Amino acid sequence: MNRDKRLGEDEVVAELSSGMTIGIGGWGSRRKPMSIIRAILRSDLTDLTVVSYAGPDLGLLCAAGKVKRALYAFASLDSIPLEPHFRAARQSGAVQDEPYDEGLFLLGLQAAAWRVPFLPTRVGLGSDLLTLNDRLRTVESPYDDGETFVAAPAFELDAAIVHLNRGDARGNGQFLGPDLYFDDLLLGAAKGHRFMSVERIVATEDFTKEGSFHTLRVKRSLVDGVVEAPNGAHFTSCAPDYERDEAFQREYAKSASSPEAWAEFKGAWLDLDERGYQAKLATR
Amino acid sequence: MTQATNATTSAVRRADVCVLAVAECFRGDGEMLANPIGTIPMIGGRLARATFEPDLMMTDGEAMLVADDRAFFGPEDDRVVETYNPYRAMFDVVWSGRRHVMMGASQIDAHGNQNFAAIGSDYAKPKVQLLGFRGAPGNTINDTTSYWIPNHSTNVFVEQVDVVCGIGYDRAAALGPKASRFHEIRRVITNLCVLDFETDDHRLRVRTVHPGVSIDDVIEATGFELAVSGELDETPVPSDDDLRLIADVIDPGEARYAEVKA
Repeated sequence: MNRDKRLGEDEVVAELSSGMTIGIGGWGSRRKPMSIIRAILRSDLTDLTVVSYAGPDLGLLCAAGKVKRALYAFASLDSIPLEPHFRAARQSGAVQDEPYDEGLFLLGLQAAAWRVPFLPTRVGLGSDLLTLNDRLRTVESPYDDGETFVAAPAFELDAAIVHLNRGDARGNGQFLGPDLYFDDLLLGAAKGHRFMSVERIVATEDFTKEGSFHTLRVKRSLVDGVVEAPNGAHFTSCAPDYERDEAFQREYAKSASSPEAWAEFKGAWLDLDERGYQAKLATR
Repeated sequence: MTQATNATTSAVRRADVCVLAVAECFRGDGEMLANPIGTIPMIGGRLARATFEPDLMMTDGEAMLVADDRAFFGPEDDRVVETYNPYRAMFDVVWSGRRHVMMGASQIDAHGNQNFAAIGSDYAKPKVQLLGFRGAPGNTINDTTSYWIPNHSTNVFVEQVDVVCGIGYDRAAALGPKASRFHEIRRVITNLCVLDFETDDHRLRVRTVHPGVSIDDVIEATGFELAVSGELDETPVPSDDDLRLIADVIDPGEARYAEVKA
């Protein structure tokens, strides 16, 4: 009998603990596992270290006071260049900041996924990353060139959460949009607690009706739990299933303007369970 | 490029001058990924490929390299895909030295150090949080880089940047010749002028000023002392053919005039 890894958002959150280092998939305001983020917002989890090519995932968690530290290379809503809630959290000194270059970030995930402590690169040499990120160190080549490189440190994650277009009950995942981003590496970098939400769960034999075998990029050995979450990436994009909800994103961005605006947004959209959220969206 | 008459010069809008100046940054690059980021950079890159640098490779702004001359696509628009280039493949391009990127900058100094991460003296609690380091450290240490500054001002051109994201010539020199051998900042294009680093000590130098701009305007909008090229010319203006190509094919929606209004 095949293992059935299906579960709900709140069951995912029950597996997580305060103080964890959590990797979140997607890129900017694209294909973010928002239904699970929303479940975290409703929980009492706190002191999280968030590892993300960040967008509203990081912004929402900061606004809700869930974030102790952020490992990131950027925080952007794409059509709105700067993530307003992350910005507010940084400017008030509320979150610890561990900055990376986008490529260094990839190497940090790759190192963890390959179980090595670091990977060498030129990226970062000469920049202020080496002074502002106290985790970063350099390494000298043991070969005749003798060059000095940045040693991208392995991002060892306690948990990883990604959102894909399709999945099966065993945890295989399929992306149908333009880019996988780094979702497979995030899952690979996590020691456990690896969760994937998907737009739709399909029978394994139906994957190749959805897209070519090239789109089957998440293997079930990297996934501990699968959540069926239709519209689960809302308001971020999840092409080709849906584009970003720009009007909703603007409303979200405006909620960073004052504590009252945030309270209003939170009351309207975040104090609901996922079913309530989606039902309310449908009436907009 | 045809020689423009004075009458044509005065009629050409500043944004179109900037487009050609951007295009010229990519001259001689050949079969490289020309990756201009921003509105006028994207249009300028397309102009370079459509006219004098046909082997350039360019993105659709997301995961595809496309052959089209038009600069901007909606999700439903058809495009001619040459190859697939998701983010992960982009790092293969960047780290193997096959890209010339044009980035923006919130601050840039005389050596070409660039910042778009944060403003303020206390990084732990910045006055203004910006984008983050993005790809600037990796881009500048691995590949030729140019910059596009649509609002040339003393807020951007500063004595010292608050955070070094993209590394300048002084930082590169301090690393030694081996580590810095792939570093080159080719040009800085602004709404006022074209700058380069072609002095003995690689300090920012005014190469040309755009028609209608004086060198004093440039100096006044810059927060440090600029080198000035010996015989200071005006920035070349696009030919009538270039202008038609820009208006009819590359940017029919006139996004360029929203970015540079003069």
